[in-house]
Amino acid sequence: MKIPRKLAGRKAASRSAARALGWFSIGLGLAELLAPGALARFLGLEGRERLLRTYGTREIATGVGILNSSNPEPWVWGRVAGDALDLASLGAAFVRSDNKLGVAAAIGAVAGVTFADIATAQILSELEQKDRTYYRDYSTRTGFSRPVASLRGTVREVRGPRSEPARSGTRPASPLQAS
Amino acid sequence: MRALCWHGKKDVRCDTVPDPQIEHPRDAIIKVTSCAICGSDLHLYDGFMMGMKDGDILGHEFMGEVVEVGPGNKKLKVGDRVVVPFTIVCGECDQCQRGNYSVCERTNRNKELADKVFGHTTAGLFGYTHLTGGYPGGQAEYVRVPYADVGPVKIPDSLSDEKVLFLGDIFPTGWQAASQCDIQPTDTVAIWGAGPVAQFAIRSALLLGAKQVIAIDRLPDRLSMARAGGATTIDFDEESVVERLDELTQGKGPEKCIDAVGMEAHATHSVDSMIDRAKQAVMLETDRPHVLREMIYCARPAGTLSIPGVYGGLVDKIPFGPLMNKGLTVRTGQTHVNRWTDGLLRMIQENVIDPSFVITHTCELEDGPEMYKTFRDKQDSCIKAVLKPH
Repeated sequence: MKIPRKLAGRKAASRSAARALGWFSIGLGLAELLAPGALARFLGLEGRERLLRTYGTREIATGVGILNSSNPEPWVWGRVAGDALDLASLGAAFVRSDNKLGVAAAIGAVAGVTFADIATAQILSELEQKDRTYYRDYSTRTGFSRPVASLRGTVREVRGPRSEPARSGTRPASPLQAS
Repeated sequence: MRALCWHGKKDVRCDTVPDPQIEHPRDAIIKVTSCAICGSDLHLYDGFMMGMKDGDILGHEFMGEVVEVGPGNKKLKVGDRVVVPFTIVCGECDQCQRGNYSVCERTNRNKELADKVFGHTTAGLFGYTHLTGGYPGGQAEYVRVPYADVGPVKIPDSLSDEKVLFLGDIFPTGWQAASQCDIQPTDTVAIWGAGPVAQFAIRSALLLGAKQVIAIDRLPDRLSMARAGGATTIDFDEESVVERLDELTQGKGPEKCIDAVGMEAHATHSVDSMIDRAKQAVMLETDRPHVLREMIYCARPAGTLSIPGVYGGLVDKIPFGPLMNKGLTVRTGQTHVNRWTDGLLRMIQENVIDPSFVITHTCELEDGPEMYKTFRDKQDSCIKAVLKPH
């Protein structure tokens, strides 16, 4: 029976997540570049439109880097650094904003994205590390003196009751008596 | 004498400590010739198990030569070579009489504490927290063995330390994990993890007649050793565990699942593991039970989950609905080592299996702290490290 492929291993899943974060980065960057005024009003960052445009440029740069690089790991870590900047700016805005609920929601959203960024970056780092590591091959270490296939199901030929080295009154125990 | 002592999270040192003394007529003092670092020692090293105190001597997998025997011990004599099971057993209580050695009712000298935490006490263990008696462990030059007229297994001189050392823990642990699955010739046994216990579980499942054994890990060295033992392997970096298990079982799922990972499942394996890790950091959860969740999801209905992997405390978001509705059987526990040692020793003597296959590193006791780090970080393809105090 053929099972349709729907799920991926960690490597493919983290690459997909990185691509999604790359597109998200570009989308958010465009919004910050093209509508900084509206965003600034919503976040209580009036007068900081230029900062938002700078952040937008950063977002687009990291997004393009993620999507175009054969190794997106450093770019995703770049997003994590950007998240820290975003959270710091939003924290400052929260103090003076009249729309605290809106800013708090934005902080929550950025925190969620930060979690995704860190998780993706960590997995990519581990995979990169794995690719760089030399692993020994233990494929001759069977532990058996006979071919593995010939041993399947043979245990009942070799195990059996044997007296327990215990004090008087102790019931003998052995593999056959397992309960 | 010298011994490896715990001084806090990721802080193990080779200290000079007082020599052990006979404290009870049934005791023996063992000169340790070989000991090993166990995966469950890493839970102590990483600070995930409660009940450790500064200066505690580590180690519960050891063997050696008897150098002193208490006057009430009629089983051992000076010069005997013995492997010492990690569970301390009295041999006389109701649980020992039933062969349930790891829940011996008498050997935990901190019984009241264990009663409070577990509801009822379990056996005393060597080098494994004050919750299980606070007994000094065997990563030392010498160790005092309580109830030494019951637990220790005499070893003939013809067998090397390397062949028999693991009778004290990981060989019977892997064996019990497979044995309690009640393996049938049509069964697929899926084993999460390819560390030392898993390697023995793989070989035990094969010997017990499993049609197919599948090992799940991400490290190529461990997976190569698993394949050597007859397992089909899944590298969860490359493949979906759920999907691949379905493929290998024609969509039915493995009948028997073994968790040889325990409380420290890979922290970035999946979203649920990451959330567990975050919860651990703020003390909202003690263990990371990703493997339990995945086993419950993947297992064939009416299957069995066997859990030799160590868990320490509280786990969250266990899908108990699927567990109940699928009619899964859960079997777990610390290993009843003495239940298995005679049969397994005979398998070694008859050359059916040579447990030394799992040893990848050997070093002096003084190098133990560094070896803890190597083993913990899975560096240098380290799967099992043996220390030589003498």
